[in-house]
Amino acid sequence: MCGIVGLFLKDKSLEPQLGELLTAMLITMTDRGPDSAGIAIYGDEWKGRSKMTVQAADPDAAFPGLDQALSNAIGGKVKMSVKSTHAILDIPARSTAQVRTALHNINPNIRLMSRGDTLEIYKEVGLPKDVAERFDISKMSGTHGIGHTRMATESAVTTMGAHPFNTGDDQCLVHNGSLSNHNSLRRKLRREGIHIETENDTEVGAAYLTWQMQNGATLGEALESSLDDLDGFFTFVVGTKDGFGVVRDPIACKPAVMAETDQYVAFGSEYRALVDLPGIEDARVWEPEPATVYFWSHNAAPTSNEKAA
Amino acid sequence: MQTIDLQDIGLREMNKTLHAQADTTNQTAWEIVNPKGAHAIACGLDAPIEVTVKGSTGYYCAGMNQQATVNIHGSAGPGTGENIMSGKIIIEGDASQYLGATGHGGLIVVKGNASSRCGISMKGVNIVVQGSVGHMSAFMGQSGNLVVCGDAGDALGDSCYEARFFVRGTVKSLGADCEKKEMRAEHIEILKGLLDEAGIDADPSEFTRYGSARNLYNFDVDNAGAY
Repeated sequence: MCGIVGLFLKDKSLEPQLGELLTAMLITMTDRGPDSAGIAIYGDEWKGRSKMTVQAADPDAAFPGLDQALSNAIGGKVKMSVKSTHAILDIPARSTAQVRTALHNINPNIRLMSRGDTLEIYKEVGLPKDVAERFDISKMSGTHGIGHTRMATESAVTTMGAHPFNTGDDQCLVHNGSLSNHNSLRRKLRREGIHIETENDTEVGAAYLTWQMQNGATLGEALESSLDDLDGFFTFVVGTKDGFGVVRDPIACKPAVMAETDQYVAFGSEYRALVDLPGIEDARVWEPEPATVYFWSHNAAPTSNEKAA
Repeated sequence: MQTIDLQDIGLREMNKTLHAQADTTNQTAWEIVNPKGAHAIACGLDAPIEVTVKGSTGYYCAGMNQQATVNIHGSAGPGTGENIMSGKIIIEGDASQYLGATGHGGLIVVKGNASSRCGISMKGVNIVVQGSVGHMSAFMGQSGNLVVCGDAGDALGDSCYEARFFVRGTVKSLGADCEKKEMRAEHIEILKGLLDEAGIDADPSEFTRYGSARNLYNFDVDNAGAY
């Protein structure tokens, strides 16, 4: 199973409520997956700065002094705010690769959850309600976000097996389904020099998109080619700095419902997840077509460039 | 008219109340408010009652229905009317995947579109869709009729037996062993009856009939590639 929710705001006045709306949507999907939960929020951009979200199993030991150690290592100011097992690092723009290396040298047990200018990813083992509470997600504002609650099938129930997966700067992916060719694809991608951490199938899907984009594909093109190269069941929701996209495999067993109003575009594994959104009674509600890439972007807002809706 | 607020009494209480209605009940009209996409609304009914759900429903609404009429004033989630035996389900909006799966009898009417696998393994149910149906509709259909006033997606009627399919628009592709058939007077009669019962105004002569080519009934190694 697994449950996915996504919310892309067109109306700026809803931005302070993004975390609250997304949390409520995700909690409704709890019975689709009790193993782990995660939320990606696209929030504020800090001028001349980037951000990284990191996680530690032992935050009390791992985080104190980390900001200073990183500042010293990269020769630039790194600020840190700790939220439970996660910490948000406020780093100089375009220093993510440097910080990543420094982080690994300082403490290899600290895991990178996300990197980018606006993206923050929070994920842990547990129910959506508990995970959202732990990171105070409902107080977060932002332009768009994606949530996932997992029923594990292909790999262990761990923080690193939780979704969303970070696929590149400000990019993330969540998945409902199971990929059947992930082992061979993982070997292929590793040979191409792509870093893949776990035995999880979705991480391979995420790495595949990263690899495609590193080779010059746009996100839309990468999603199109995933329809040829990924074998198995999938409904993917992807996030970028400007927007979010949806694609389902050609068989489309995994459920997906979308709703659009003047204020937002919303995604849910089930309609239940959408019922408390403002103005849902008058929203256009539909199921995304199989093997079709949909994308909404703040760059093109408010018109969507969905295909064959 | 009896009104049930699903938010107040919860799913089990609601279904228990509806199940308690016997053949001879005087309370024949029921309204369910605040469905909010909940699963299994009005499942397993077996009495000549009419239930109207004011809003959209989740998985398996009106599953295993017998005798009852269930109106859905919204869209319906996956598996609506699964294994319907008799009675009627009328969906004002769209229907999600595997509508009426394995249905043995009764009638399902969709005013909007139905998604993939509509009428999969149908065994006697009649399904009338005013809009279009998705891919793999009526997969392994055994008997009954699927009427599509719009278009049908890929692989219509794959591996079907004796179910009949009437499509007014285009068929993206036919499934294995499904073929176009002649529309004879008796088929026009059947189709007219179904459209009338569904309350849909469409000219039966505009439809094309599809059904089994009967080549895959028994395993034949020469057909291995077609399975």
